[in-house]
Amino acid sequence: MLLSNLEVIPGLIISKHLGLVQGSTVRAKHMGRDLMAGLKNIVGGELSGYTELLQESRDEAVLRMQEQAKALGANAVLNIRFSTSSVAAGAAEIFAYGTAVVLRK
Amino acid sequence: MEFILFISLLALGYGFGRYAENAHFKSIRERERTLLHIPAVATKKADASLQPRETMLVSGSVVVSVDYFKRFIASLRNIVGGRVTSYETLLDRARREAVLRMKQQAANMGASIIFNVKLETASISQGQGDSIGSVEVLAYGTAFID
Repeated sequence: MLLSNLEVIPGLIISKHLGLVQGSTVRAKHMGRDLMAGLKNIVGGELSGYTELLQESRDEAVLRMQEQAKALGANAVLNIRFSTSSVAAGAAEIFAYGTAVVLRK
Repeated sequence: MEFILFISLLALGYGFGRYAENAHFKSIRERERTLLHIPAVATKKADASLQPRETMLVSGSVVVSVDYFKRFIASLRNIVGGRVTSYETLLDRARREAVLRMKQQAANMGASIIFNVKLETASISQGQGDSIGSVEVLAYGTAFID
């Protein structure tokens, strides 16, 4: 499946428009990571545990979006957007959405 | 006792934070030079003359935290207002790092250009009221492989 955040892919034509598809996941970080993050809050720097966690969640959200698109019979999702919001202290929602389409040469 | 703890946390934050930031900026500059051959552009429409063999969604993200010293300085700034330089450098670092990671992913796949680059910043709350504990920056775009 072709995933892109462009509206038009050069050389390919949108032959069918299937509407909005989306995928989201809410993740909480575990205690160990929180502890390290607490330390990092003093000395500053990258919180690689969180980077990893959010990356995993984003992959999951994209996967769910992809499944939805597949169920509609699409072969591509265009104009993909991501959004992150912290729902509560310690949990973040990762949201991915785009337009499911059928592309042809 | 509490005062001593506070001072030592400040010193720790200042020392390590400054060292880490300088090292990070140095590595960012170096990697930016090596990845110059892949332009990341914010153009929405790709040039029609480009006929990529494959397109791929690429992304890079980073979560970075501000140190104790800078947080203290920023809270002082809150009183008098004005530019909060300590947070400016934090966000600058985070954005450039995220873009670099995205470019690196594109480079690994042999891409030549990245279109429609979007940057997104989210504050990851630490449950400490409204303070910017740490921020996540995500950069994503469509890489053209030819």
